[in-house]
Amino acid sequence: MSVTDLGMPAFPAAAARSTRDTRLRANLRYATHTIRDKRARAVGELSDWAQLRAAGRAIKDRTLRHLDHYLERLEEAVTAAGGQVHWAADAAEANRIVTRLVRATGEREVVKVKSMATQEIGLNEALAEAGISAYETDLAELIVQLGKDRPSHILVPAIHRNRSEIRDIFRTEMGSWGRPAPDGLSDRPTELAEAARLHLREKFLRAKVGISGANFMVAETGTLVVVESEGNGRMCLTLPETLISVVGIEKVVPTWQDLEVFLQLLPRSSTAERMNPYTSMWTGTTDGDGPRTFHLVLLDNGRTDTLADTVGRQALRCIRCSACLNVCPVYERAGGHAYGSAYPGPIGAILTPQLRGTASALDASLPYASSLCGACYEVCPVAIDIPEVLVHLRERVVEGGKVVRGGMRTVIQPAKGHAAERAAMRAAGFVFDRPGVLRAGQRLAARTRRLHPRRLPGPGHAWSDTRDLPPVPAESFRDWWQRTRGAERGDGREEGAK
Amino acid sequence: MRVALFVTCINDTLYPRTGRAVVSLLERLGVEVGFPAEQSCCGQPQFNTGYRHATEPLALRYARAFRDYEYVVTPSGSCAAMVRDNYPRLGQKAAAEGRGGALTEAAAEAVPKTYELTEFLVDVLKVTDVGAYYPHTVTYHPTCHGLRMLGLGDRPRALLQHVKGLELRELAGAEECCGFGGTFAVKNPAVSAVMGADKTRHIQETGAEAVCTVDNSCLLHIGGTLSRQGSTVRPVHIAEILASTEGNVL
Amino acid sequence: MSSRDVVLARVRRALADVPRAAGPEETAVPRDYLRSHGELPTDDIVQQLAENLADYRAIVHDIDAAGLPGLLAHLLGERGSRSVVAPAGLPPEWLADCDLEVVPDVPETTPGELDAVDSVVTGSAVAIAETGTIVLDGSPDQGRRRITLVPDHHICVVRVPEQVVASVPQALERLAPRRPLTWISGPSATSDIELDRVEGVHGPRTLEVVLVTSRAPL
Repeated sequence: MSVTDLGMPAFPAAAARSTRDTRLRANLRYATHTIRDKRARAVGELSDWAQLRAAGRAIKDRTLRHLDHYLERLEEAVTAAGGQVHWAADAAEANRIVTRLVRATGEREVVKVKSMATQEIGLNEALAEAGISAYETDLAELIVQLGKDRPSHILVPAIHRNRSEIRDIFRTEMGSWGRPAPDGLSDRPTELAEAARLHLREKFLRAKVGISGANFMVAETGTLVVVESEGNGRMCLTLPETLISVVGIEKVVPTWQDLEVFLQLLPRSSTAERMNPYTSMWTGTTDGDGPRTFHLVLLDNGRTDTLADTVGRQALRCIRCSACLNVCPVYERAGGHAYGSAYPGPIGAILTPQLRGTASALDASLPYASSLCGACYEVCPVAIDIPEVLVHLRERVVEGGKVVRGGMRTVIQPAKGHAAERAAMRAAGFVFDRPGVLRAGQRLAARTRRLHPRRLPGPGHAWSDTRDLPPVPAESFRDWWQRTRGAERGDGREEGAK
Repeated sequence: MRVALFVTCINDTLYPRTGRAVVSLLERLGVEVGFPAEQSCCGQPQFNTGYRHATEPLALRYARAFRDYEYVVTPSGSCAAMVRDNYPRLGQKAAAEGRGGALTEAAAEAVPKTYELTEFLVDVLKVTDVGAYYPHTVTYHPTCHGLRMLGLGDRPRALLQHVKGLELRELAGAEECCGFGGTFAVKNPAVSAVMGADKTRHIQETGAEAVCTVDNSCLLHIGGTLSRQGSTVRPVHIAEILASTEGNVL
Repeated sequence: MSSRDVVLARVRRALADVPRAAGPEETAVPRDYLRSHGELPTDDIVQQLAENLADYRAIVHDIDAAGLPGLLAHLLGERGSRSVVAPAGLPPEWLADCDLEVVPDVPETTPGELDAVDSVVTGSAVAIAETGTIVLDGSPDQGRRRITLVPDHHICVVRVPEQVVASVPQALERLAPRRPLTWISGPSATSDIELDRVEGVHGPRTLEVVLVTSRAPL
């Protein structure tokens, strides 16, 4: 967990604040709706999308179910190709390893390719504490870094910013990090991209250490794959003398052939392109081409805990395409920051509470950050049943139970703050399991219906602040049935003693 | 055929006219409908909020209540989806806890015979023209569970298109959630409310007199929002439109 | 216990439910997706490549082998390039008609020096029609990865039809995984501003693809 995530309000409060930010909502609405339609078209071009999706899911399942086997093969292949493999059980260990490796080069600055794993572990902050400057080179990450902001989307971390906000950040902040923004910078995206090109080029050309993640690691060959658009990835992966890749252990795929599935699923699901502009694949080191030293840091940090849950495990199939964010009606209104994690949106709502646990109020609120509408599952290219896992994690929150945390089996207690709800659910369960009691309640409500307010007092305001209640009918269905049909049919009467 | 109505707790208590409409529609189509009073709630609110163990007796009750019927028809996409998608999961999870024989059996019995109303009409009775008359402009909101969990597809629209006098108005962003989501509506009220506001704005932009769905739980939220806005658009369950005839416009 | 052992032991404990004796094959992987989308004749596959390259803003040229040196000289001249990087194994006749400084691809060159070079000309390993992608694999006619990255103008020569495949699966079959591979689909681009695609960030902002055929043009 990165330091910035501490002290985050629970999701409903943070999301409520976002709903009042009209500019944020307009930015998110525009961006997510633009990409939504494009994705549908890109996917629609492939008649075998359903088969590719099934294959992607199965390849990931096979990998996860035999993860130790594939990790050992990967380590062997990377080592044989001249790379060095390190293992990190948690974020702190990964940060220590990377800091030590950078220090060993004698360098004080590194260039970074956008990486979810390094965001998750708070690597930039750890490097800064060690006196090492980490420069983000992805355009959106640059916008976030210059704006002293936090990412709010997996693919487009600055999705919450529109073009004029980006121009303002470039104008005021670029100068203190390096080459300032050109005079008279407008908010045209081409000019903004040009400003980023100029600003970052001097950093690329002098960089001696690059840090990346990876989209895929092929166990069979030891090949790492980075999928990108701008070319900043190629810069970081090929110009420096030392390359350090921090990759979650679930990113391994068994064979070279398996890439044929994911290189079709990923670009169309994420940027809605037939293929992203650049994909780099490297295996260890190559004499005379690219970095002379390659380190691979394999990161656990809660992944094996997630793997131990037979329902929640499927979250580890995720290939970070962000299609689920782009279709999610809750993400669109709440924004990425409300999720308080490197992983926002529907996938974040099931990944974060598994990687970090459900102990904090924020993490316990994430499984509820969904109306269970199922749009995320429908677009997921590896068929993660996000609603299923959300409900599974809700159960963990309100009922507690056996989990694995930090590799240790443990039993967690039901989360605090659900006592009234639990009592209400129990009462409802009691009533619904006794139709006679239910009927009595309905009759009481019908008799007193003129007294019912259309707005609720107390905790009921969560409903009735924006919605009226329907009037209570004079007669429930079951009373109508018994009055009109019950006698003649013989059914409709309540069972005996219960 | 032995057909039972599973009216659902929300219709039983708040929307009895929907249940009456299903009965009248099915009887008009020559189906004899039973209503076993042992039925109550499918357990969806409990299950989807995380109270799986509180759901179990309700699943067992459901299977028991409808044991003597070949078909169970329900005017609720989300309750049908609860039975079909989640009852098997109750069984699997209970089995993983070293019990669950009864729940697995209950699911095996309940799942194949449970139909959402429009599915039953189109797939079992094989009708799309039910002889209905409804002289109003209507827009149709496909509810999430009907659309994505049950895969109702064009069935509700096909039925509506055959209703005499009815003019169907296209709804922008139709497939986007209305923001109800059961306890989501009270656990994340701010997001739920803006989703509801966007949905009702699209509904009002159609100029239709009524908005129709296959699920009154979504209409509780959509209708409650419309009512608060002072809108005259009426929330109507599809069963009430299909039950309406020239002799008896509901 | 090393962290390696810790992580691997956690993985094994987490997978107690999996029947491990049968090995990874216990999880079936259905591979009934298509090897390629549509059964196009060769000429149409080349045409599809050209269209998809152009769709993502690459500039596409058709030429026969005899006309290649002239075309390259024309393209470099038209752009006003004063220098061009040439990989060691680029056929010497390709740049025979050019009158500009040819910078060799040698390890001593610094990234800063490369940044001062105007253009680069390379061959390619394979091109994918369905996605409009060219793949470089570091062969002698393609050189080190950085030479196609730092200069702002890349001319990539693809031999058609022999270097063109229809699909991603077919391309992977032809490629050697242990070589450093760069897949290029149009010039550098970003979708980071409002999720709208803008061409031209850090990689070459101009990508020209020359489809060269051994046959005479029609």
